[in-house]
Amino acid sequence: MKFLNYLILIVFGGLLIFASTGLANRGDADAPMNKETSPAGSPGAAYYYIQNAKKDAHTDNMVTVILADYRGYDTLGEETVIYTAGLICFLLLRRRKEEEAK
Amino acid sequence: MTTLEFILGHYAYWLTLVLMIIGLYGMMMKRNLVKKLIGMTIFQVSIIIFYVAGAVKWGATEPILDGVDIEHVHHGMTQAISTAKYINPLPHTLMLTAIVVGVATTGVAFALVIMIYKRYKTLDEAVLLERMKKDNDSDN
Amino acid sequence: MTHKEDNPIISLVSRVVSPFIMIFALYVIFHGHYSPGGGFQGGTMLAAAVLLVRLGAGREISQLQFKKSWGMPMGSVGVLIYFGTGFVAMLLGGNFLNYEFLPLAGHAEAVRGWGILFVEIGVGVAVMGILVAIYDDLLEGDPL
Repeated sequence: MKFLNYLILIVFGGLLIFASTGLANRGDADAPMNKETSPAGSPGAAYYYIQNAKKDAHTDNMVTVILADYRGYDTLGEETVIYTAGLICFLLLRRRKEEEAK
Repeated sequence: MTTLEFILGHYAYWLTLVLMIIGLYGMMMKRNLVKKLIGMTIFQVSIIIFYVAGAVKWGATEPILDGVDIEHVHHGMTQAISTAKYINPLPHTLMLTAIVVGVATTGVAFALVIMIYKRYKTLDEAVLLERMKKDNDSDN
Repeated sequence: MTHKEDNPIISLVSRVVSPFIMIFALYVIFHGHYSPGGGFQGGTMLAAAVLLVRLGAGREISQLQFKKSWGMPMGSVGVLIYFGTGFVAMLLGGNFLNYEFLPLAGHAEAVRGWGILFVEIGVGVAVMGILVAIYDDLLEGDPL
């Protein structure tokens, strides 16, 4: 049983390392993710964001413009996730005073 | 592409995947519930490091413009920004979300561990499964 | 965990340093446009300033700074600020979260910059409230 667990772990690790050899070299400025048009023909996201962030929002920091303006809907969903986590902890663990007095 | 270039371009990915395997080992092989949670945290952090390390360009700086001043340029006319000077900002944005989601998940997991301890008085996985089965058998 | 604050140096230093950490966290939130930072980073630093007093000076003294029951309402206010910005933009004719329709003066790109600032403030307040609320809930049944 434990031998099966170790085997699954090693096979999974080997599969991931084999899959990571297909990635482009790290740090290459000509990698497919940094190009102007992606291999499918649509405009490349990183190129568009770097060119147009200051023009669209008068802000120097590109990461904040992407987080709050271009992809603001994802940030809204993420805030809902944090709020739900706080609500779960509140409902599971808070006790009212009458139950403690009993 | 020579072998040395290939290794220099990919060693960061392999080291991060080793960290992920360590986290997965902790989640699968340890019997204590809190040690499983530590393994889960190591797993999440390794994925964040993988994305952020893969978004770099040699010779480039952080994605914040300074000195490119287009305040006085009217709309429609702009100067092109050389993209080889700034690193890719998209994975950094996605990983900001991932870090905070990791914190929320860890908080909820610890709340569940506290409730399990209050109910069954143990934190060991095998003893916990026995007591849960005894509870189910005595209910039926 | 020792509950009695038997070390007066830690108790005093944590109470003195905490307001300065809060001021720096506000700087990080408001300068998210020009330097690394923004809503999430500043909100976490605000929560850290509150948790420092809770850990260093004990639980009774830290209730004077930030009561236990303020955590979840502050989280709700933060989420409402974010949703409110989106709804104001929708009520005035645009899409949801389209910042160009906010009722502020200036040409369209500057109004988008102000919209980003409101949204980041909402996120910062929400993250602070929720992180302190999670910590207080995990310590709920602790005697003393």
